Amino acid sequence: MSFLSFVILAFLALLTALGVILSKNAVYSALSLLAHFLVIALLYFELSAQFLGIVQVIVYAGAVVVLFLFVIMLIGGTITPVSHKSRTHARIGASVLGALFLLGLMVVLFAGLPSGGAPVGAPDAGSVQAVAGPLYTTYLLPFELASVLLLAGMLGGIVLALKERKSVKTKD
Amino acid sequence: MIPTSFILILSAIIFTIGAVGVLVRRNALIIFMSVEMMLNSVNLTLVALANQWGNLTGQIFAFIVIAVAAVEVAVGLAIIIAIVRHKDTTNIDEVHLLKG
Repeated sequence: MSFLSFVILAFLALLTALGVILSKNAVYSALSLLAHFLVIALLYFELSAQFLGIVQVIVYAGAVVVLFLFVIMLIGGTITPVSHKSRTHARIGASVLGALFLLGLMVVLFAGLPSGGAPVGAPDAGSVQAVAGPLYTTYLLPFELASVLLLAGMLGGIVLALKERKSVKTKD
Repeated sequence: MIPTSFILILSAIIFTIGAVGVLVRRNALIIFMSVEMMLNSVNLTLVALANQWGNLTGQIFAFIVIAVAAVEVAVGLAIIIAIVRHKDTTNIDEVHLLKG
């Protein structure tokens, strides 16, 4: 990854991340989130994780953001305005807490940065073939458990979001 | 090649933006989007370290995290829909009763 492409991608990632939390309208937040996920996918490609980049585009940009947009359209994107007076203190407090948190993260990061020199990742380190090897051998159990989790999540989503019927037909 | 530390710093900043979003915003949907962003930044860390050490375990970890995040979105949005149906709001300050 060249330095210039990293700077551009990092700038876009931060810009879209700020767009998610600063937009007044939930639809704009969702669209910023879409752009953010796409920029992160490009970073994955640059980090020679091609398979994960594709998965990121399909799962996050394709499914998650579309689900968000569906729900926003379903419940209405209008956000009830909150009284700004009571929120100002919370906003300042959250910003201070965020700055402190970032400071702590940086201290930990600079204390324990990997000193292994240049990254050793091979160009095809993240190809489908390379990822599938360990995924279907060493990490087969988590992979299968993820499928069970997906099934449970699907059933849970249906049960929670299903509209309650007033008149349930009972066969007897 | 840029150093891995730059990417770690970038993902730390994105994580912090997500955390501040959770604290600042009161709309349940946007809080949820911020949580997704935080998960994504941790994934970026895992991929960057997998690239640093030439080890695929980090990428597989990130793959599992993506699967869990997808499930979490489906269930979480269903819960938000149920809340809206029940209380007609997405403002979490108004949803503070455990008994619903």
